[in-house]
Amino acid sequence: MQEPEITEELIAAHGLSPDEYQRLLGIIGREPTFTELGIFSAMWNEHCSYKSSKKWLRTLPTEGPQVICGPGENAGIVDVGDGQCVVFKMESHNHPSYIEPYQGAATGVGGILRDVFTMGARPIAAMNSLSFGAIDHPKTKQLVSGVVGGVGGYGNCFGVPMIGGEVRFHPAYNGNCLVNAFAAGLADTDKIFYSAASGVGMPVVYLGAKTGRDGVGGATMASAEFDDTIEEKRPTVQVGDPFTEKRLMEATLELMATGAVISIQDMGAAGLTCSAVEMGDKGGLGVRLNLEDVPVREENMTAYEMMLSESQERMLMVLNPALESEAKAVFEKWDLDFAIVGETIAEDRFLIMHNNSVMADLPLKALSGNAPEYDRPWVETPAPAPLGDVPEVDPIDGLRALISSPNYAAKQWVYEQYDTQVMADTLRAPGLGAGIVRIHGTQKSLAFTSDVTPRYVMANPVEGGKQAVAEAYRNLCAVGATPLATTDNLNFGNPEKPEIMGQLVGAIKGIGAAVAALDMPIVSGNVSLYNETDGQGILPTPTIGAVGLIAQPGDLIDGAAQTGHVALLVGETKGHMGQSALLAELFNQQQGDAPRINLGAEKRHGDFIRANHALIHAVTDLADGGLALAAFEMAEAGGVGVSLDASDTATLFGEDQARYLIACDFDCAEALMLAAAAANVPIATVGHFSGDQVTFGAACAPLSELSDIFRTAFAAAVA
Amino acid sequence: MRAGVIVFPGSNCDRDLAVAFRQAGADVSMIWHKDVSLPDNLDVIGIPGGFSFGDYLRCGAIAARSPICSAVVEHAKRGGYVIGICNGFQVLCETGLLPGTLMRNSGIKFVCKTVGLRVQSTQGAFMQTYETGQEILMPVAHHDGNYTAEDDLISRLDGEGRVAFRYLKNPNGSADDIAGVLSANKRVLGLMPHPERAVDGAHGGTDGTAIFAGLASVLENA
Repeated sequence: MQEPEITEELIAAHGLSPDEYQRLLGIIGREPTFTELGIFSAMWNEHCSYKSSKKWLRTLPTEGPQVICGPGENAGIVDVGDGQCVVFKMESHNHPSYIEPYQGAATGVGGILRDVFTMGARPIAAMNSLSFGAIDHPKTKQLVSGVVGGVGGYGNCFGVPMIGGEVRFHPAYNGNCLVNAFAAGLADTDKIFYSAASGVGMPVVYLGAKTGRDGVGGATMASAEFDDTIEEKRPTVQVGDPFTEKRLMEATLELMATGAVISIQDMGAAGLTCSAVEMGDKGGLGVRLNLEDVPVREENMTAYEMMLSESQERMLMVLNPALESEAKAVFEKWDLDFAIVGETIAEDRFLIMHNNSVMADLPLKALSGNAPEYDRPWVETPAPAPLGDVPEVDPIDGLRALISSPNYAAKQWVYEQYDTQVMADTLRAPGLGAGIVRIHGTQKSLAFTSDVTPRYVMANPVEGGKQAVAEAYRNLCAVGATPLATTDNLNFGNPEKPEIMGQLVGAIKGIGAAVAALDMPIVSGNVSLYNETDGQGILPTPTIGAVGLIAQPGDLIDGAAQTGHVALLVGETKGHMGQSALLAELFNQQQGDAPRINLGAEKRHGDFIRANHALIHAVTDLADGGLALAAFEMAEAGGVGVSLDASDTATLFGEDQARYLIACDFDCAEALMLAAAAANVPIATVGHFSGDQVTFGAACAPLSELSDIFRTAFAAAVA
Repeated sequence: MRAGVIVFPGSNCDRDLAVAFRQAGADVSMIWHKDVSLPDNLDVIGIPGGFSFGDYLRCGAIAARSPICSAVVEHAKRGGYVIGICNGFQVLCETGLLPGTLMRNSGIKFVCKTVGLRVQSTQGAFMQTYETGQEILMPVAHHDGNYTAEDDLISRLDGEGRVAFRYLKNPNGSADDIAGVLSANKRVLGLMPHPERAVDGAHGGTDGTAIFAGLASVLENA
């Protein structure tokens, strides 16, 4: 088949700038073939190369005694003791989900699960952080329904419990929704698999589903801004098949147990190209592929299409040739394709043959090693104007404004569409704080949370970045878990704009400072840039996924507030109203600075909660919505009324950080006050749980009435 | 008790079911769907939840035609015990071992939550430990749990003590709130709720234990 001629238009259509094309010419010393242009475009786009963010990502703390494998592999790995480890990562599938919400979200879940089981870990938990446009925007409901359906459709069939996540709405996401999928798996520390190829002349094996034309150019699309031609991009979205993924997981784990796998890499963005280059590059080897041996499900596929296809549920591995028949038998058992499609070679070469023609012949190392890297100009985000006086509101009206908004209402409409209990180890399903699963057959459990408050990051990227980590830390501490490590999913607008780049730089600085102070190194992550439509960027959204360990059942805090419990507030309340939920939901204002994060206080207060878990019946962290929302949510979960002494807006709805609300009996409260004084932790009695009313100072309303609003508002909003 | 759990390529509650059987004292063998015969001397066969063949075509339809299912049908015809949970219930209906069919939920969406059930029948080993009218809690998690059968069949099932459980609050539109059904000899039980997710205090409830323990006690005293 005749390949098209390389023209300026074709180069631009591949997302390569004139400078990048000159760089390409410098590397290969001649004009590329069409297939080669496609390969470069796939390797050098933002999605695969991290060319705008790499300089800053390098500054993040990634090490610690608990870390077995930091960023750079398919997922990060953290030791959980007894020869076991947790393998996890969060990754975005934003652009595809906006174009085709069901399949975009489904394949986002599929991709992250593959990242986890490629390393030899069986997935045991998943979460999703979703950001949509304004609830009354004409596209929002369809996106919510499609994305939630897609997440559930894939995860439920695959068989991994969804145990947490976030759902938010803001007009800044009208043209770009965010779908950030997290997965975690469990592996034996001595049975981890990596992507680096080793040995010359080793067979390169293709595993899983067949290759079609779906997703050709997907990674390039995911690195571009949207405009009004978006509908034309639909064919670049991949289609997922969770049943095949489930079989691929079982077959891969079985194959690993045979000893046949030397190295393995899943085919994600830019499929065959990225996976083969990754394996060769990490192993210091070249790779030769014979494309006529690739299992295909469409006729007359070209080399270009096969190299760039993003068909799902595929893997590439380097096989120990002595065990070829055993390996093949495993894949036949699961009715999946198994085909030797090439071999490792000694030269630094990425050689693509198709029916005896050379379709690409490139220096392999240069494809990833010499990818462009930019030190993009950036400007510090200016300090926001100080917040003026906030009028006093009736506190129950304030609470009603929050719990009737889909941002703060209960999300059961979403979570009931996900299987939250498959594997029968879920100790805490999504809804309130961190989700928890047992490590099967042990006394240990793992807690998971995903957090970010984009309004804060918009106002103050550094403090907002810190806050995302601090909130994740608090959510883990509030279930008695020891925070172990984090994964970051950085969603931003166009990095070529210095003010957007400034948000990215600021957020990374804040995240770095917080993970260092709270000992939660970043072990994996993903960057999604160009989340803009017609020049309008999203709120900067650096989602933090975090994992904590509950070493024994006695450490777990999972009680509910009960009649007679004292409400104790840990941490200092100054009444910070800037960028608060109340301002946004009741006054439709996004003003003032983000709350300051005192990392020392965060650490001290979190340590205090964990050290005193035996005295704490129930506890929740205070996040946006402040004391009022936290107290209501605790009361609602316990089915008991709550009475807070305070009635002023700043005390009830202020969003000062490093705070927790505890419910416990009087004797425990006394003991906690003593312990807090000794630990230099501020603590105060702020009310009590009893009756069937929610009372803030003199204002009150029946819990049942508020509970009704809280439980029905989300479904009503998205219906 | 010797239990066998059938494993289809898309089963995802097979391990959970094996755990529940073991907890009731069973020796458990996992049986691959391509096998043509069952291990000897099995007392009970469990068909687990999941998406046996991706729920393509019709839930449970492809699984019901897999090689092992002929052996399961033979086992049931010999008077052996069979329990099918969620997708396993769908498979049992597709094999004809249980009457009726499971259609898409009336709300069109997947539904996962803990629901209240009323015990309707205490006949047979699976049900005998419960009390008639007892209200219990079990999780459901399915997209196609809307039990459907002809009206006269449903009234007949009720009359024969073959409606095992009813939903207190119907989550899926099933006919007459039916959540689980027994065979005529009461030795085959199919149900949409997941008893294997309610056998451990950490699950938030243990109302599923009686099914497995009830069977174990009958087998021990046989």
